[in-house]
Amino acid sequence: MTVLNSKIPHGALADKWTKHKNDIRLVNPANKRLIDIIVVGTGLAGASAAASFAEMGYNVKALCFQDSPRRAHSIAAQGGINAAKNYQNDGDSVYRLFHDTVKGGDYRSREGNVYRLAEVSSNIIDQCVAQGVPFARDYGGLLDNRSFGGVLVSRTFYAKGQTGQQLLLGAYSALSRQIAKGKIEMLNRHEMMEVVKVDGKARGIIARNLVTGEVEKHSAHAVVLCTGGYGNVFFLSTNAMGSNVSAAWKAHRAGAFFANPSFTQIHPTCIPISGDYQSKLTLMSESLRNDGRIWVPKKKEDVTAIREKKKRPVEIAEEDRDYYLERRYPSFGNLVPRDVASRAAKERCDAGYGVNKTGEAVFLDFASAIMRYGKTEAHIQGVHTPTDAKIKELGEEVVRNKYGNLFQMYEKIQDENPYKTPMMIYPAVHYTMGGVWVDYNLMTTVQGLYAAGEANFSDHGANRLGASALMQGLADGYFVLPYTVGDYLADDIRTGEISTDSKEFNEAADRVQKQLESFLNTNGTRTVDDFHKKLGRIMWEHCGMARNEKGLKYAIAEIQKLREEFYQDVKVPGTMNSFNPELDKAGRVADFLELGELMCVDALERNESCGGHFREEYQTPEGEALRDDVNYKYVSAWEYTGKPSEAKLNKEELKYENIELKQRSYK
Amino acid sequence: MNFTLKIWRQSGPKAKGSMETYQVSDISSEMSFLEMIDVLNDQIIRDGQDPVAFDHDCREGICGMCSMYINGEAHGPGRGVTTCQLHMRSFSDGETIYIEPWRAAAFPIIKDLVTDRGAFDRIIQAGGYVSVNTSGNTQDANAMPIPKDNADDAFDAATCIGCGACVATCKNSSAMLFTSAKVSQLSLLPQGEPERERRVLRMVAQMDEEGFGNCTNTGACEVECPKGISLDNIARLNREFLRAQVTSEK
Repeated sequence: MTVLNSKIPHGALADKWTKHKNDIRLVNPANKRLIDIIVVGTGLAGASAAASFAEMGYNVKALCFQDSPRRAHSIAAQGGINAAKNYQNDGDSVYRLFHDTVKGGDYRSREGNVYRLAEVSSNIIDQCVAQGVPFARDYGGLLDNRSFGGVLVSRTFYAKGQTGQQLLLGAYSALSRQIAKGKIEMLNRHEMMEVVKVDGKARGIIARNLVTGEVEKHSAHAVVLCTGGYGNVFFLSTNAMGSNVSAAWKAHRAGAFFANPSFTQIHPTCIPISGDYQSKLTLMSESLRNDGRIWVPKKKEDVTAIREKKKRPVEIAEEDRDYYLERRYPSFGNLVPRDVASRAAKERCDAGYGVNKTGEAVFLDFASAIMRYGKTEAHIQGVHTPTDAKIKELGEEVVRNKYGNLFQMYEKIQDENPYKTPMMIYPAVHYTMGGVWVDYNLMTTVQGLYAAGEANFSDHGANRLGASALMQGLADGYFVLPYTVGDYLADDIRTGEISTDSKEFNEAADRVQKQLESFLNTNGTRTVDDFHKKLGRIMWEHCGMARNEKGLKYAIAEIQKLREEFYQDVKVPGTMNSFNPELDKAGRVADFLELGELMCVDALERNESCGGHFREEYQTPEGEALRDDVNYKYVSAWEYTGKPSEAKLNKEELKYENIELKQRSYK
Repeated sequence: MNFTLKIWRQSGPKAKGSMETYQVSDISSEMSFLEMIDVLNDQIIRDGQDPVAFDHDCREGICGMCSMYINGEAHGPGRGVTTCQLHMRSFSDGETIYIEPWRAAAFPIIKDLVTDRGAFDRIIQAGGYVSVNTSGNTQDANAMPIPKDNADDAFDAATCIGCGACVATCKNSSAMLFTSAKVSQLSLLPQGEPERERRVLRMVAQMDEEGFGNCTNTGACEVECPKGISLDNIARLNREFLRAQVTSEK
């Protein structure tokens, strides 16, 4: 078994990163001009990394499959970004952010990485404000904060419900500035197809121009994957339609280990599924749980009446409502972590209390927040003895200022006014904590190949806390990679340009060409989406919010069968050398069909429940996740052997020296 | 619901295009417009034909990728929505729906409904940023208070998704709303101050170079903008431009 070296620096937790930065080798500015770096993906991690490398003087090539780097899916992140600024003087600190993140991840993340993340979090806010990111401010002109799940402080910075958009546009502006200077060559509508290794080191990629269909060879001294998560393996998720695992999966096939693939985050507050034609699910930000209360009726007859539209939710008396999160978790209430909130919703719906026609929805209610804010606002405005209607009006205005765009989004999709009637929500696939295994330097098990942001596995353990994905993406891109990649490249100052006219590049390009041709030549009867939807259903039923041994074994067999059918019966129209989105999708689904199996293999191997990974066999009498720290306190890093079911398991033992392992409790 | 669709088909940038007619049936009123197009494409693929190419990604109104001109309106009927947020309940059963790409000289067609909006990226590259390097050593985020109204106005301008509906709607194919949104955002914030003149002059010059038309203040862009970017931003751009021309030393 390969011994995985996480390369966590020695020394006290709080000094590790500083010490590491001091020990790291630097590349002199003249030599940086001789070094090329490829960055795949232009979300928060990719755009920030590419901009930072270029500012430092490296030659950067950046790729995105969208028509502009500004459209990467980080743009859709809503609620906010965490930072241990303690502006609210509520007891926050770097240590507390670190502690909350490790605990929230159910003790399956690496101490060293998480501490570094908490440590640089403050710099991110400073950097973004300097770029002109318009965060929310109070009347004194200072930055405002709100709370997210799993914590007892207000450390989340936000820009209404469009924080991801504002942060991404900030990183995109930094990227644009370097493109204008010619330091970044930006390749829009390009997809990475293979990692090319020369003498064991990542030395470039094969990419495809999605407009012309041309297969291209690009060389570099290091390759950085910032390609996001793989939630779309479920077909239905909150990810964008184009979000895919292909870059990460191709890296895996080239020797990068894939860590904890089964750790998936199911987000509790999404708009419920309405029909079979549905192409994606829409998230309603977790920030709504600051003010929204989640409930289902206590009585079955009320449930039936609501489903049949004989009763409206506002007609259910207060005492007939079951605010189940407040009931089960009095100290965190509606702000429990996502995995806990999702399972609680599933538990109520499985018990028959779901409130829409499919029985898979619960209420998220703002009535009491509207009244509470309305009363305060009446005081501020000097309205004495206000009527209930006036209070409501004032309260709605406050809520509109906080969450306006989310309420509007809900209304557009559901055709219902959430100021007047509670929202209906249900959990949906949102984020993947698993990803490419990386060491402390964010290098994968392939030399010179890095993974950052959601694409790697390192910071969120088995469950990510809200507003931490944006934090990680920018931390990796702005503040970690610029140091660590430099350390590696210090050996490459005399290497010179890497030629793409080599056996390695030509063979890889041939493989890509052949695979695409084979999709076009199969000429079967079923569309790519047919296969993708079927895979999604298998994954959701057996590797979703709850998993068990029997289901996982069944899923593995089903996915193998489906994969065989895919190669025999897929129908891909069009040609190789043209704009052909169906062909792009075929390649992505082929990779999802392998990843899905590995996710099930991983979930089956882990005989414990932790965070988002809930094995029905392992739970406490109250139905909470039951961890097994004696046998499973490790990262599962899978090595590709040719078949996902035969992937080789490598274990990285997790060490907790600064934090006490406990049964996670939010009661 | 059943619909007749008249869709612009064009196999490539240089090819001659035409409107083609398609029928779709059994469409649910709860479907989004793009899900209806998914149904159509599924049908076309099964018939062994070439599916309709269209841009889309997030399908929740924020990435700005989707871009259809529906029944003569950018992003179709309804205000404050992108094409992906449009639902079939906005149409009546049996209706004929016309679907075209964005039409502007500066947005050349790649295929069918897909256009190249690279011109927008180049306008931003001309100056839509604050020149600050990544250091982590900038001053503390709260060191410089910003009046809430300015911060809020900057935010409202910054919510532009760069979809291009403003250009597609404008009879002059002007990119003023897009350009002014970025100029506004940064001119309202102290961080944008040092490059204030340079930014507006360069961005406007790039906008002209890309072949966008001039603004004649018809206000159609504001009406069709899915994010409600206000015409006030164009007024602010004009002020900034004038100010820069008078005060800039270049």
